[in-house]
Amino acid sequence: MIVELGAFALILAFALSAAQAGLSFAGRRGRNASLRGAGEGAALVAFAAIAFAFASLMTAFVTSDFSVLNVANNSHSEKPLLYKVAAVWGSHEGSMLLWDLALTGFGAAIVLAGGGLPTNLRSVTVGVQGLLGVLFIGYTAFASNPFVRVPNPPVEGASLNPILQDPFLAIHPPFLYSGYVGFSVVFSLCVAVLIEGRVDAAFARWVRPWALAAWSLLTIGITLGSFWAYYELGWGGWWFWDPVENASFMPWLAGAALLHSAIVTEKRGALTGWTVFLGLAAFSFSMLGAFLVRSGILTSVHAFAVDPKRGSILLGILAVAAGGGLGLFAWRAPDLKPGGLFAPVSREGALVLNNLFLATAALMVMVGTLYPLIYQAITGQPLSVGAPFYNLAFGLLMAVILLVMPVATLLSWKRADAKGAVQRLWAAALTVVGAVALAFLLQNPKTGFAILGVALGVWLIAGALSELAHRIRLGATTLSDSVTRLTHLPRSALGMTLAHIGVGVFVLGACVELNGRVEVAKVLATGETVGIGAYHLTLSGVSTVEGPNFTAERARVDVNGPSGPGVLFPERRFYPANRQTVSQVAIDVHGASDLYVVFGERREGAKPTWLIRAYWNPFARLIFLGPLIMALGGALSLSDRRLRLVAGRKAVAAAQTKAAT
Amino acid sequence: MTLLPKSPKARRRLMAVAVAAPVLGLGVALALYAMGDAAVFFYTPSQAQAKHVPKGRTVRIGGLVAAGSVVKSPDGRVRFVVTDKIATDRVEFQGDLPDLFREGQGVVTQGAFRSDGVFVAKEVLAKHDERYMPKDVADALKKSGQWRGPPDGGQTQ
Repeated sequence: MIVELGAFALILAFALSAAQAGLSFAGRRGRNASLRGAGEGAALVAFAAIAFAFASLMTAFVTSDFSVLNVANNSHSEKPLLYKVAAVWGSHEGSMLLWDLALTGFGAAIVLAGGGLPTNLRSVTVGVQGLLGVLFIGYTAFASNPFVRVPNPPVEGASLNPILQDPFLAIHPPFLYSGYVGFSVVFSLCVAVLIEGRVDAAFARWVRPWALAAWSLLTIGITLGSFWAYYELGWGGWWFWDPVENASFMPWLAGAALLHSAIVTEKRGALTGWTVFLGLAAFSFSMLGAFLVRSGILTSVHAFAVDPKRGSILLGILAVAAGGGLGLFAWRAPDLKPGGLFAPVSREGALVLNNLFLATAALMVMVGTLYPLIYQAITGQPLSVGAPFYNLAFGLLMAVILLVMPVATLLSWKRADAKGAVQRLWAAALTVVGAVALAFLLQNPKTGFAILGVALGVWLIAGALSELAHRIRLGATTLSDSVTRLTHLPRSALGMTLAHIGVGVFVLGACVELNGRVEVAKVLATGETVGIGAYHLTLSGVSTVEGPNFTAERARVDVNGPSGPGVLFPERRFYPANRQTVSQVAIDVHGASDLYVVFGERREGAKPTWLIRAYWNPFARLIFLGPLIMALGGALSLSDRRLRLVAGRKAVAAAQTKAAT
Repeated sequence: MTLLPKSPKARRRLMAVAVAAPVLGLGVALALYAMGDAAVFFYTPSQAQAKHVPKGRTVRIGGLVAAGSVVKSPDGRVRFVVTDKIATDRVEFQGDLPDLFREGQGVVTQGAFRSDGVFVAKEVLAKHDERYMPKDVADALKKSGQWRGPPDGGQTQ
């Protein structure tokens, strides 16, 4: 019964989204407050309806109701509760429902938190968000309905793919989708601004919090996925330039560019058209990602359905929404007020450079992702584009812009003194020299690339700290005065420093890990030892353990090394429901570095032996810590009083009272 | 100085082009250059034979793992045969096979042919689901008339 109610709520949400769009547009046209209000009410109820639908699907999963096709295909009665819940978004249909939940949730958020927006702009934004709802909820309800029943329910479900049964992956889609869909608000705002024909500094102030929230959530989502790939797939890698990873990376890059260009629009009233374009591009990339991942055009762990009909519908949605937004931009952008002139050596000049590189980098990722698809469509010859392409095309662009980053943050608005900015970085430069010398002493890096990586990472971190030190006049005034200045800094400034430090931490971790990784693979019998770096691993025993829905072969690996003895228990888990074996990696964390052990397959012989693979991944923790620091920086910026939506609402209220008196 | 346009608007446009063009140009040049080495073609064994894939060039070979062909050496090396039912390739791989590697099932390997004709795989691509046949393999098998799966090649949801 609850499932039928859920299906009904989904259809209801579709109708409500249509009403949300119709009423809001009618309200804007007729300047009718009650119509506008009704549109906003529809947005709130649409969210409630989708939330109800989502809850009823979750109920079906938790109670293992196998008469629902989606539950039968993706769940199993013996699965732990967390993975029963996570299986809701573990399938194509369920993940689209999660997308709808985020979409209507953000629609409701515009209504609840968008008090600072001018009335007309707000109505149109809510209306556009409603149109997006019509497209995506319509797709879910009519082409990918998760509530379909089966006439003869199976006794047991087919269970969720075991490699997806992981706590980090369970929470990866909600973050990722909130990030993806968070950009829908930015998209709706940009479309509304183009329709209203009014773009100014205030627009940038409204866009920034939404972009910050979406970008921070997306950062966390991507990091969770990358961390999962790192320890679950057992390949020791954390980023594979897989088309599906790229699909999430493109909106991230566009969002990062948007955050920076919106600052220029807000402070200097310039780059307005470009900021609007990036706002449209970010969500268009999100929808492109949804199409790539959900259409079955790619094969990957993320690609579920291979139903070609669904792919065509998703492509149609992408064409209508992204094409509509960008078409509107092409039509209306020439009428936008052009921004002021500015000098090349200035904060805004540096931010333009940042945007140019970020946009080109996003373009490179797009070329690498779409080229194989287009090539195969034309010639019929399948091909893949691997890491070497991205390392060169993307890596080089990023290296250039990151090198300039610390200088750019020290430039002042309008007309800056580049020499002065570089001079202020003397301490950072010294730190880099020291760090490189230290790297030579301790690690003896083999490649020039590793040295450059260490130098760049330290340069970014030290540069960000130098900027902070300059801001609080550390050393130029008394210490207590510096501390006072620090506590009075706007949170958005601290957020920027934190995010930039995060970039540096990531670069440092990624470069050291990629160049310093040591790998061994050896077939061992119990009692035998393999050496890796400074460590010795001994396979001391293998036992069988029973899990909730798997049987595992568990190895006991004794670790001997500079930091004393330790013990690791890597496993090979067999999931009978899927007839599938999955290795469970064991990781010994040494500071920022990982000793990573994979228990491989058994080889029969005179006595049984097992393949043991081990990796020494120096600084691997920093790769995941860096993006989390970035997201934290984003969240800190978001909490800035200037950006707080309530503050905007108060300002509007004050203005209205003033106007009334 | 006289070469610069007089109106500030035109100057600004010129400036924008002067800054953006080299970066975009660099991007395009990089993309073209990097794509030359990084584009990896996919062949089935019979296609690889027909195309005379040069030794040492990185390609992907995909097909079915021939039944009874998998030999695992104690040194961790694995040998197996990939077939598309028309031609076969001997493959050698050093490392741990993906959890779903099985005889008679689809596989995609990336590597290069050695001078003795053996395909030395650097990667054996993991398949994530036992229902899942790598798309390239399924398409190639369908083309050669060896497909024995659902007619549309899709798994039903």
